[in-house]
Amino acid sequence: MSRFVERHPAWALIAIIAIAILLWLIFAVWPPGLEEAIGRKRVFLNAVFNGITLGGLYFLVASGFTLIFGLMRNVNLAHGSLYLFGGYVGYAISASTGSWILSFIVAFILTALVGVLLQVIVFRRMEGQDLRQTMVTIGLSIVFADLMLWACGGDFYQIQTPSWLIGPIDLPLITAVKSSGEPVYLRYPLVRLVILAASVVIGIAMWLALNRTRIGMIIRAGVDDRDILAATGVRIQLVFVLVFAFGAGLAGIAGVVGGTFQSLSPGEDIRFLLASLVVVIVGGMGSIPGAALGALIIGLAEQLGSVYIPTYAIVVTFLIMVLVLTIRPQGLLARR
Amino acid sequence: MSLAHDAPIAVRPAAGTQRPARTWPEINNPAAWIVAAVLVIMPLIANGFFLIEIFATTLILGIMALSLMFLAGYGGMVSLMQLTIAGFSAYMIAVFGVSGNANISLGWPWWLAVPMALALATAFGTLGGALAVRTEGIYTIMITLAIGAAFYYFTNQNWAIFNGHTGINTVATPHFWGVNWRADIPFYYVVLAVAALCYVAVEYLSRAPFGLALQGVRDNPRRMAALGFNVNAHRVAAYAFASFVAALAGVLQVWNYRQISPGSVSVSACIDVLIIAVVGGITRPIGPFIGALIFVLLRTFALDFLVRLGLDGNRFRLLIGLGFLAIVFWSSDGVIGLWLRWRQHQGRDVSRPGGGHRHG
Repeated sequence: MSRFVERHPAWALIAIIAIAILLWLIFAVWPPGLEEAIGRKRVFLNAVFNGITLGGLYFLVASGFTLIFGLMRNVNLAHGSLYLFGGYVGYAISASTGSWILSFIVAFILTALVGVLLQVIVFRRMEGQDLRQTMVTIGLSIVFADLMLWACGGDFYQIQTPSWLIGPIDLPLITAVKSSGEPVYLRYPLVRLVILAASVVIGIAMWLALNRTRIGMIIRAGVDDRDILAATGVRIQLVFVLVFAFGAGLAGIAGVVGGTFQSLSPGEDIRFLLASLVVVIVGGMGSIPGAALGALIIGLAEQLGSVYIPTYAIVVTFLIMVLVLTIRPQGLLARR
Repeated sequence: MSLAHDAPIAVRPAAGTQRPARTWPEINNPAAWIVAAVLVIMPLIANGFFLIEIFATTLILGIMALSLMFLAGYGGMVSLMQLTIAGFSAYMIAVFGVSGNANISLGWPWWLAVPMALALATAFGTLGGALAVRTEGIYTIMITLAIGAAFYYFTNQNWAIFNGHTGINTVATPHFWGVNWRADIPFYYVVLAVAALCYVAVEYLSRAPFGLALQGVRDNPRRMAALGFNVNAHRVAAYAFASFVAALAGVLQVWNYRQISPGSVSVSACIDVLIIAVVGGITRPIGPFIGALIFVLLRTFALDFLVRLGLDGNRFRLLIGLGFLAIVFWSSDGVIGLWLRWRQHQGRDVSRPGGGHRHG
């Protein structure tokens, strides 16, 4: 961090100013002139919070994608299918047992199993052939999409939010001050905050596991040079299977999350595949902190864009990607 | 790190090693002449349905896949945005030309709208390519897929230019010299002429200095840079050429269906172009056309075929996906590779294993 400031003082200054303005916009009571210019603060705050929670969801999808890519150089274009599969499994479990928590566990286990099967049956046979692996994942995504359309039809599904998470809560953020001088606080759905907190916890746990444990050390070494790692006697194939299972399982969990606060339907797989592509291109391939930063940026851009410039929202996301590619082709937080 | 040396894995048995320096390869190949003759007299054989729905559609999809084959086979860059470029050019025809949506279309005559659409689509594709060449290998797939998906969502959201998810309907087709060029037989010949032109151009370019330099860049960019070639400029130029080819296909496509909507530029359609090219084989320009023929035949007849076998007729995409997987698993060179292997297996005394060539 400090090295970044020393190296790029101008960029650091711009970033600090942008963050300061954002914080002021969130915490301060807006003067009337500003409300006239860009609309009510409640709308803005809602967009920001939606963006951050959407970023949390994107992080869950993209972190598995980037983890698999970082270690195995496998661009898993079937990742969106794993997301949708997890969502459908979660829906089935929650509809039959009524337990939201159980649906997470089962979705994680089943998608992780699919991941293990993919790695053992398919990708192990074509190790080191990046392009061929990517083609295979494209073929798999077509097959999966059609199988899921066959099994679940084209309907929209939404996973039932558990009763203890329904309803909004007041956040200590003032959206406006009434004429009587009484402050109005932001009300926000509890379930989204819980999901955001959960994705932050998962992110931190992943970071700790990667940086503080032995298996994390092995994975980081594998990202740097898997041949040398294999030569030192690590059972690299086992590590590959575990990482693929974990990354796929994360996509499954994300499917349940997405099914709870959005909906599940054919086509969502492509949407989330695109989201994870853009997130890892922006954040940096193979980097977990990069996925977090990218997810936050893309989530915010998408939500703020859809509120303030509705017909061009997707262009904002795309322009961010173009900007990052021109300034820093390897992604914001990639090491190389 | 450089991924480029991994990139053309599907491409390895490509030019250079297998084909020695040739002048005009098909000139004394009877099979090519027969196929060309059959294609020319096709209107005598086939009725309107087969002529347009099967052969013209095959040729149009083949041109799109040909542009991908040029990039992937000679440049080592697998671009998933070729259909997006074609779709962009189709949209531009609809926007600048005459269509049922008078509030959007500017109503230019076709001879103004077509060059405009071609120029804009080529510029669009070149810009996208300039973006994609900043990274290498599999990253190219990701970036071009992201561009394609972004364009699809944009056309869905934007009503001012692209008319949202309904798209633009009843696009006018050219009438001049007293001929309705969208009538079945003239349209077939227009498509055939464009396809033959693109095929010859790609064949020629692959042996021109530019194409040879491009293949050098594919095989070893570092060495080519050391030899004084501007690697990125060659790649961007390849994108520009491929974009022009794809844009031509887009013009033909919008004339064929007379409408364009986001569904035509969806992500799965982008991937279809890749499937066509890979199934046909991305080492020779004829591959995309063979792949397109297989794809169109499957798409048209899979329903009847599956129902006749007692299966669900809607599982066409499953069939396509499984076929694609099988090809990727067993043949790195698509159907052509299978054919060549079979030929070599049949008789090793056959001196030229290139008999599978057809003239597009």
